Amino acid sequence: MCTYVTVKREVDGSGKGADGWFPVSHTCVYVDHPTHAPYAHTLNIDFLNPAAGPGARVAVELTEESALALVEAIQAALAAAPAGLASRDQQV
Amino acid sequence: MQAGTVRITGAGGDEIEAYLAQPLGATPHGGVVVIHHMPGYDEATKEITRRLASYGYAAICPNLYSREAPGASPDDAAATARAAGGVPDDRLVGDVGGAAEHLRGLPGSNGRVGVIGYCSGGRQSFLAATRLRLDAAVDCYGAFVVGDPPETFPLAVKPLLDQADKLSCPLLGLFGAEDRYPSPAQMDELSQELTRLGKPHEFHTFADAGHGFFAVDRPGYRPLAATEGWRRVWDFFDRQLGA
Repeated sequence: MCTYVTVKREVDGSGKGADGWFPVSHTCVYVDHPTHAPYAHTLNIDFLNPAAGPGARVAVELTEESALALVEAIQAALAAAPAGLASRDQQV
Repeated sequence: MQAGTVRITGAGGDEIEAYLAQPLGATPHGGVVVIHHMPGYDEATKEITRRLASYGYAAICPNLYSREAPGASPDDAAATARAAGGVPDDRLVGDVGGAAEHLRGLPGSNGRVGVIGYCSGGRQSFLAATRLRLDAAVDCYGAFVVGDPPETFPLAVKPLLDQADKLSCPLLGLFGAEDRYPSPAQMDELSQELTRLGKPHEFHTFADAGHGFFAVDRPGYRPLAATEGWRRVWDFFDRQLGA
């Protein structure tokens, strides 16, 4: 099915797409048909920079288990670093 | 056949991209507007468009994401359109209407035009047939023609059952018995409402098939259902769009 539901967040960072690195300003997260992964449905994440056009996109399509493992891995990695080390307000 | 990219006038007078495939020869023929699925104006949908031309119809698939992502790859365009909230219903109707007019204006047209859509395009096919003057409509497993979306899904789309009395043409529905959106029960409800309204329709629900069974490049492809489904499409279009 097409769920149409898209969870959008503004983010701050960079991603590497087909044309190299670009600033990432938004993510879209949704469960829907994948383009490439061999499943009927996957958890899809698009890292986007709408101002730079449709090609400024890093896309991943993950199974539910993989997506949950990624969430856990992100939390584990952040927990292992001092709080604020990777914050947008960090000291450079 | 002859196939390639053309520019047509869509909703609001906008010039949009479309893929046109048409038979060679001067025999008058009907036309079909192909509404692509949510993943976009992709190779598989262009193949469907050419397939319709190989059966003797002029077929055109408007790129519904022309405005958000001109020239982008289909998956990037689909992601951009999704991030922007999807295709508004009114714009869809205008784009399909423009595509239908383009077909009617082709030298070989017999004046009759149908529409076929897959997945989200199935619902949009039904929608177009309630708002435009068409001669045939095919809904391939379009979700949310019937049934309120689940509470956990704050969808941007609304059901269309209350628009069924405005259907301008016969409707062919092709569904999978294992699909949940739309479910066989929802399609039974739609069929009953169309019968009550005296709207000509024929629905076929295929066993061992779920959502997307026509999609040859996806794991939901079911060759038996797709082969039989295409046979139903030819039979329906031959009756409704023949010269």
